[in-house]
Parts: sequence; structure tokens; C-alpha cells
Amino acid sequence: MQIDLRTVTIKPLRHTFDNIARRIGADKPASRYQEGTLDMQQEANYHYRPTWDPDHLIYDRDRSAIRMADWYSFKDPRQFYYGAYTIARAKQQDTAEANFDFVENRGLAATLPDEIRDTVLALLIPLRHVAWGANMNNAAVCAYGYGTAFTQPCIYHAMDQLGIAQYLTRVGLLLGDVDSLDAAKQAWMEDDTWQGLRRYVEDTLVLRDPFELFVAQNVALDGLLYPLVYETIIDDVLSAKGGTPVAMLTQFMTDWHAETRKWIDATVKTAAAESAGNKTVLADWIVQWRDRAAAALLPVSRIALGERADELTTEIVQQFNARMAKAGVPL
Amino acid sequence: MDMQVAKKKLGLKERYAVMTRGLDWTPSYQKMEDIYPYVAYEGIKIHDWDKWEDPFRLTMDAYWKYQAEKERKLYAIIDAFNQNNGHLNVTDARYINAVKLFISGISPLEYVAHRGFAHAGRAFPGPGPRVACLMQSIDEIRHAQTQVHSISNYNKYYNGMHDFHHAHDRVWFLSVPKSFFDDALTAGPFEFMVAIGFSFEYVLTNLLFVPFVSGAAYNGDMGTMTFGFSAQSDEARHMTLGLEVIKFILEQDPANVPIVQRWIDKWTWRGYRVLTLVAMMMDYMLPKRTMSWKEAWEIYFEENGGALFKDLARYGITMPKCAGQIALEKDHLSHQAWSTFYNYAAAANFHTWMPDDDEMKWLASKYPDSFDKLYRPRYRFWREQAAKGNRFYSKTLPMLCQVCQIPMVFTEPGEPTKTCYREVDYRDDKYHFCSDHCKKIFEDEPEKYTQAWLPVHQIYQGNCFPEGTDPTVEGFDPLAEVLKFYNLEHGRDNLDFEISEDRKNFAEWRGQATRNI
Repeated sequence: MQIDLRTVTIKPLRHTFDNIARRIGADKPASRYQEGTLDMQQEANYHYRPTWDPDHLIYDRDRSAIRMADWYSFKDPRQFYYGAYTIARAKQQDTAEANFDFVENRGLAATLPDEIRDTVLALLIPLRHVAWGANMNNAAVCAYGYGTAFTQPCIYHAMDQLGIAQYLTRVGLLLGDVDSLDAAKQAWMEDDTWQGLRRYVEDTLVLRDPFELFVAQNVALDGLLYPLVYETIIDDVLSAKGGTPVAMLTQFMTDWHAETRKWIDATVKTAAAESAGNKTVLADWIVQWRDRAAAALLPVSRIALGERADELTTEIVQQFNARMAKAGVPL
Repeated sequence: MDMQVAKKKLGLKERYAVMTRGLDWTPSYQKMEDIYPYVAYEGIKIHDWDKWEDPFRLTMDAYWKYQAEKERKLYAIIDAFNQNNGHLNVTDARYINAVKLFISGISPLEYVAHRGFAHAGRAFPGPGPRVACLMQSIDEIRHAQTQVHSISNYNKYYNGMHDFHHAHDRVWFLSVPKSFFDDALTAGPFEFMVAIGFSFEYVLTNLLFVPFVSGAAYNGDMGTMTFGFSAQSDEARHMTLGLEVIKFILEQDPANVPIVQRWIDKWTWRGYRVLTLVAMMMDYMLPKRTMSWKEAWEIYFEENGGALFKDLARYGITMPKCAGQIALEKDHLSHQAWSTFYNYAAAANFHTWMPDDDEMKWLASKYPDSFDKLYRPRYRFWREQAAKGNRFYSKTLPMLCQVCQIPMVFTEPGEPTKTCYREVDYRDDKYHFCSDHCKKIFEDEPEKYTQAWLPVHQIYQGNCFPEGTDPTVEGFDPLAEVLKFYNLEHGRDNLDFEISEDRKNFAEWRGQATRNI
């Protein structure tokens, strides 16, 4: 049975802002994602050139080799504006907190076989520095990219990566202690295993093209690292050896990667579909950074995979290639 | 069985340190100056980034939790406000013009702040300030969006806001706030932090954000009030960041002091000039006033700011020199601004009007030294003219100050009947200023301020007409063409409140909602 609550109805003069109506083709109610995203960045009549980059305007399409007729062609399939974003993350954080509590309260960390615990500490904890680099890189894409549709998700992504670095720190403190963090940092700075990856991260920190940076960080590096470390090593290989509690502690990262790659793929797809020129630029970048990332990750994956590292890394690269082909960039 | 060795327990501060700065490392494959290329050229010397005291210790898990809670509440209230025609509960329809000023003048700045703090949050070599700046960056996009979402409902029923992004980049008076933030964002990262983090967020926020939100609360605007209150705890974090930045820079090297002093002087004045819009909003646009501009300045700047600068004296920082002139202007600022907008109501995206008798009485009581003598006679004359059908709309373009971009309507300090003009010859051109302070700012960085996109100059150069307009045809009406360029509809978005569609609709809708007609 339907009940009929009555409210006073007043006919509105218009349903949304003009810029939104122009973009969605009619004056009709718009979503909060649309009203919070479209044309939010200033577009015209900037007053001064940046003293820190006098060759460019404040927001400048020419900072990237990627050309778009309209930078608002990009759409976040998650439709994240700030409210939707924080509410989504708060829910995941609830789950993560419950998982940490579960592992802690039942003393599950102590039940881990030593070998597993050592492997996890050696593999996961230095990755907090990788996430930290990803935080900086996404801040840069947000700061120097063009158009809110492209840059907005990057500030969310930057903060997510900070969150991930902090979760990894908590894993280190739970399975080890502060000394474990120091040992991992020393490995990050000095061990041969990590130098390829550290060089990769430092090399991305000096990239100036925001879209290339997006590719090097979010597409190539994380596109291999997350499937390799979280899906393959933690969720499969180590879980089979009694490391399931670790998979609980990294569930956030697994879920997060599955969610964020939808946005990353959509971004690549839109840029590639724009023009043959974009597609070529993207393919060059992706191949170049994919190969470097794969090479840098190989010694790292040996920590957990030993002899199977080559085989599984190759598999991950193949999956990655298939993913890119689906996003419109066959490699 | 071995005894388990007790783990070292981390205190809150240590725990936060491993969660943030512990993540950082000193690079060796790339040079520091290539990773942080923007940090040296301003001349600020930082010897030890580890001396940075984190102004708040918020890890991401806690951040998501608190912020999501606030967002859920805020959007529930916005939904209720919209469903319930909350816009009809405001004191009267004149109030909505304050909302128009806010969405077209201020909300776009929140967005620029978001991008600016992303830039600062990448530019500093110190991990502590980077994290704090990034938290502010994401907060600022929150503020921009919650404002757009709250005010979206007003746009459905009232005029003037329908293309506010477009307006912000073009409309003459909106270049005042726009150029202010462009100025900050194009400065180096340290100056940006002093400009926005300290001068704007810490020293002036009580004079900008707070009057709008308090004004909303006093005038029954639950939508605006709610996002304001929801942003309060974010603002508190931003203020502590602003203060920490200044103390950190000053403590690092005595050579930083004169640079910072120059920035504080500059940005206090730049900020104050933007507050001209707030001053007139407080004294004229709120049907139910919260306090006068003069009272707000005295409480929030002279008292609170005075205490702050006393505190900073130990670093060698002194009260900005412009404070003296601002004190002389406080009896005049809002009246001179409102008079200007009353005159230029044909070219603005909100309505103006003459205060009624009660409001004149209020103004006289708040401004005993100036209102009856200087401004009441002027308003009386304009009211009489309007009553006779001679409501005057100025159609000529005013000269703008090269720095603050406000029309040159301000008077000489201490001589309220004499317009203040200053000028400087630079290269082959003459530049005009509203004051000694704007002139000084220009002289310190002429290369920057000669770039300013001055709306009046641009109109005269023919850059503010729709494409294809021919200004040489007979009967060419420049104002009509400029309004088209602004995407403002003559007769709906502009002119006097008395004859506005807003006024008519509000009365009709309120009647519909409260009576059985």
C-alpha cells in the first residue's frame, strides 16, 4: 500500500547550472558528481603566470603530450565526489579495522609460521615507501594536470596511497616492531633487491608531464605491483602456506586495486579513443614503464616466490597487456 | 616456551611520525633539487625540515571516518532543506543575493585552494608539511563541492547564479577575488602558504567565511549554514597549519624574517581589499544583520590579530603597516562599496537596493562618525530619484586598480570626500592604483602585476563581446554585448531588487506555501 505524502510543489526556473546543462545536453537534474566536477577548474583569463613555471599558464593543457579536445571527456566510473569518496573509504576502513582487530585479538600474528612472517616483513614493509612515492606522484598529477574530471580522482588516489602506506606500517608494527620498519627502510635504501624499484620511484618523481606520470605510477607500476604482491603472493601463494591472516590485513589493498583500476582503465580508454596520436604516445609510455616496472619488481617478487618469480611475473605482465588491450591500447 | 619480548609501545607522537615522515627517504638516484624544483627560488632558508611540528595528527583511517560522518549528516540536511523548500524560510529575498555573491565569488576560490595545496603538498621537501598540505587540499575540494551542492537548490529558483563558473572567469568585479587567488597560486610555495595558510586562513578567515555562515544562520538559510558549520572543524585544522607554517619558517633562519614580513604586509592588504565585498554584504545585504563590518574588523583583526602579532613579535614580525589605513577606512569601506554596486547594478549578477529607514537607522548607529554626514544624504537622493522613476544605472566603465582590481572608488585616508589615486610609470605605460599599499605591491613585483587581466581594459580592447560582434555598427550597445559575453540575462540577473523576478517569485511562492491561495 502506497501512502501519499503531500509537499508544496513549486516549479523551478531551471534544473541545474548552465555549464552542466550545456554538457549534458539539456536542462535536467544533474548528479552531485556532475555538479561537483564539471568545469570546477577555472578555464580562462588567468591573471599571472606561475613564477615557478613561467612557460605555462596556471592550468595548462600543454603540460602534457596528451591532447584532448575536452578534458571533461574523462569520467570517473565510480562517480566520486568528496562525499561519495569518503563514505566509500570509511566503509572499507571499518572492514580493515575489524580485520586488524580480529588478527590482533586472537593473537593470529603469533601463529604465523616464522618463514611466512619473515617473508611478509621483507616484502611488504619496504612497499610503504613505494606507496609514499605514489602519494607524491598523484599529488603532482592533481596539481599540474588539466581539468577537474582528470585531476579530482588523483587527490583521492594520493590520499588512498598515504592510507596504504599507513596500513603497511601497521602491518609492520603488528608482525614486527619499530625495528622492523627501520630494517625495511634500510633494505629499501641499500639492498640490491630493492634498488631497481627505488630507482623507478625516484625517476617518476622528476617526471613533468602529468599524464605520463599517471601512466608510470597508476597504470604501469601499480598495474603490475598490486596483482603481483596482493593478489598473487599474499592471497594465493602465502595463504596456501598458512598466511591467511596476512591476507586479512591487506584486504583493503586488494579491494582498493579492484575498484581503482576501473577508473584508471576508463581514463586510459578515453585518452586513447580521442586520437591516433594519443594512442601512440600512450602505448610508448606504457611499454617503456611496464618493462621497467616488471624488471624492478622481479627481484622483489623473488623474496616470496623464489624460483617461480620469473614465471609468475611474466603471467602478470600478460594479464596486464590484455587489460591494456581492453582499454584500447594494444601493446 | 620463550617469553615473548614486549614490543616497544609507541606514543601518539611517535606513532604519527612512523605513519608519515618515517615513510620518507633521502633520494640517491635523482637529485633533491630535481625532485623539489620549486623550493629554493624564493630565498627562504630551511635547515631542518624535521623541526616541523605536526599541527594535527590525523592518519587517513581516522580522517575517512570523521569526514564521512560529517558528510552523511551534511547531505541529509541538504536533502531535507531541498525537499522542504527551505529557500522560502530565509528572512527575505534580498538575502539570496549574498548567496549569489558567495557562489560566484568565493566557492571557485575553494577550488583554487584545493589545487594550490596539492601543489604545495608536492613542492616541500619536508614530509610533515607535505602531508598537512595534502589534507588541506582534499578538504578544500570538499568545501568547493559542498557549497555547490548546497547552493544548487537556490539556483533552481533564483537568478544570477546559473553560470557562476563562467561568470567567475569573466565578470568585472569577480576579477577581484579571482586575481587574489591567482596571485597566491602563482607565487612560490612558501609565499602561497603565508598568503593562504597564514594571512587568509588564520588572520582573515573570521572576516570572510564566518560572516557568510553567521549571516546564513541569522537569515534562516539552513543550507548555507550547514555546510559552514560542517566545515568548521576543517577550518580549525587549516588555521593551526597556517600558524605552524609561519612559526616554522621564522624559526629556521633569521634571514627569512624580512621576506615573511613583506609577504604578511602584502597579503593582509590583498586580503583586506577582497573583504570589501564581505563588508558590504554584512552592512547591506543581510536583512538580519549579525554585526557591522566595523565591529567585525575591530574584534577579529584589531583585538585578535593584535594579540597574534604581539605573539609573533618575538620573531621580529610586526603588525602589517596597512593596519593604520584600514582603521581609517573602516567607517567608509562598506558604504563606498555598496554605492559602487548600486551604480553598476546593470552589469552585476546580483541585485542591489537602497536601505530602508530602519536599516538607515541601524547604519547610523553603527557608523556614527560617517553615515549621517556622508552616506545618508547620498542614499536619500538616490531613493528620491528612484521614486521618480530615475533609478540610475551607470553604463560607463570605471578605472580599476592594477593590483586589487577594484574600481578606484576609495577615498584618501582621513579625507573621505577625496578620491584616492596613485600612479606609476613602468616601461612605456602608466599604471593606476587605489592606494599606497597596492602601489607598493606593484613596485615590488611589476613584472607580475603588469600581466593582470583587467576586465575594463579587456572590454575596451574588444575582448569581452561574443565572438563575431562588430562594435562599429550603428546603435552598438557595449553593455548589452558584455552581458551576453558574461551570459547574464538583462532584466533577470541584474538591475534593482525592487523590480526583480526574484522578489516577485519569492513573494508568490511564500504565499503559496503559507496561505491557501
